[in-house]
Amino acid sequence: MTFLKAAALLTTVAVLGACSTSADRFGDGSGTGPGAGGITSGALGDPSDPTSIAFFNETVGDRVLFVVDQSTLTPTGQATLTQQAAFLTSNPEYSAIIEGHADERGTREYNLALGARRASAVQDYLVTQGVAPNRLQTVTYGKERPIEVCSEEACYQQNRRAVTVLTAGLGS
Amino acid sequence: MKIKRILAAAFMALGPLTAFAQQGPLRIEITEGVIEPLPFAVASFVPENTGATEVAGQIAQVIGQNLSGTGLFREIPRDAFISQITNFDSPVQYADWKAINAQALVTGAVNVAGDGRLVVKFRLFDVFSEAPLGDGLQFVGEAQDWRRMAHKVSDQVYSRITGESGYFDSRVVFVSEAGPKNAREKRLAVMDYDGANLQFLTDSSAIVLAPRFSPQGDRVLYTSYETGFPQIYELNVASVQRRQLNVAAESMTFAPRYAPNGQTVVYSLAQRGNTDIFSLNLGSGQSTRLTSAPSIETAPSFSPDGSQIVFESDRSGTQQLYIMPATGGEPRRISFGQGRYGTPVWSPRGDLIAFTKQNQGRFHIGVMRTDGSEERLLTASFLDEGPTWAPNGRVLMFTRETAGAAGQPALFSVDISGRNLRRVPIQGSGSDPAWSPLLQ
Repeated sequence: MTFLKAAALLTTVAVLGACSTSADRFGDGSGTGPGAGGITSGALGDPSDPTSIAFFNETVGDRVLFVVDQSTLTPTGQATLTQQAAFLTSNPEYSAIIEGHADERGTREYNLALGARRASAVQDYLVTQGVAPNRLQTVTYGKERPIEVCSEEACYQQNRRAVTVLTAGLGS
Repeated sequence: MKIKRILAAAFMALGPLTAFAQQGPLRIEITEGVIEPLPFAVASFVPENTGATEVAGQIAQVIGQNLSGTGLFREIPRDAFISQITNFDSPVQYADWKAINAQALVTGAVNVAGDGRLVVKFRLFDVFSEAPLGDGLQFVGEAQDWRRMAHKVSDQVYSRITGESGYFDSRVVFVSEAGPKNAREKRLAVMDYDGANLQFLTDSSAIVLAPRFSPQGDRVLYTSYETGFPQIYELNVASVQRRQLNVAAESMTFAPRYAPNGQTVVYSLAQRGNTDIFSLNLGSGQSTRLTSAPSIETAPSFSPDGSQIVFESDRSGTQQLYIMPATGGEPRRISFGQGRYGTPVWSPRGDLIAFTKQNQGRFHIGVMRTDGSEERLLTASFLDEGPTWAPNGRVLMFTRETAGAAGQPALFSVDISGRNLRRVPIQGSGSDPAWSPLLQ
């Protein structure tokens, strides 16, 4: 009978190798520290002090917004960046990282590339306004760090941004 | 006597009658028109010694879940069985299985060897032909690997009935997510294809994105913000040791993927706002530029023979898909439908490109032939993205994210006919799945 034939043919086909099952062996959590996840810390200073980071963030304006899928600076954005450049020129002790961001309505890799474009557009503008290129770095976050969380245009337009993040000290 | 089969499938265009007219040995052909899942039975696996009782039950259960989970098979519940298998080598009472319309029957036995290892035996029967379908086989492995042995049995059953290789003994690396949208914590995790045996590969101190398995399944490429900038890393899955692959400090690199040889990596580099595609020889550390347009070029994926790369570019003004030689050179556009196309991934069989499509406010996972013809959208939602192929090229897994402040990403799978959309069971939220090859 066929099933007996099958029994005779019963063979070992594979010996499974030992397979790692120990959980959470991912090292010591290194990776924190300055710049990790784009997070830096520093004194903001008094917002009424026109040389403080707080003044830059609140009065000058630390961010510009973009139209959907665009990296072209709007007139409002250019006005803000002109102010940023003036601040950076009169406060040479600061350097800046320009973060480019996208809203959630795009694919991950494309949004990283789009964020890079936006950050670069801001960097280029600041340089044309006289800021030394070696004081400016760019980083893209794509859609990874929205500030507004609703899934509506009111939130998306706040998330399509480039933020100039000041740090004390030249270069980094 | 040959019983008429309801298994074989036909293209929709041929109509359902064709399928019912099929005769002959047990066979499912996986096409666009699979009509009705094949009823099958997994007999209780016989424990051959006392230590094997519990695991025998678990193995039989996983086999049933694997096969039913494909949407191609329907498991007949055990309480419908007329006869029980108590001896693996006794003759099968075909009449008892025909009576409950079990087209296929899986029998098995498990014993715990003296050294503690498991021996799992199985046979597959074509009930209505009253014949075994292939030889009986046994697998021997460590007790902790019982799920893998269940997956290997399932792969055998799937393969014998469909004629395709299986995909159950495989793993998925993905990004495990936690926390609110504006402070999402992300860490790499790896699990069995069905969500079991979750293991974390990184902590959540830095954003990690889009892991990709090596062709051997031993290494993973991914993007991490460890330095504050997105940069590509390679991680050894067994040792969890990682190394940065970057060519230049404070450059931004992302979207890495292995070539089929496992020794070349393609990735995107963003410089002065312009993103292009480069390849990196892991042995020499040498990077080569593959594109040099002022537009965005990213998300590269090799053809299975390594000769070509499909990628996305917005050189036409919107995101579209292009194919170029693996050494660079003039690309040809393959996507021409409405909307935007991104994240192309070449099928392991070489015949199809899977992609994400954005059109009129909706996101889709779709497939097209490598010349761009026969585009089919398989899913639609607020946000579907990032397909990855099962090792046999029959199933796609992808990210589906829900809308709103409380929106969360989850992993879903769908077969290439667009059927059998399922949520992959993981704890919490997850994104960016990447399927491993079949394990050895």
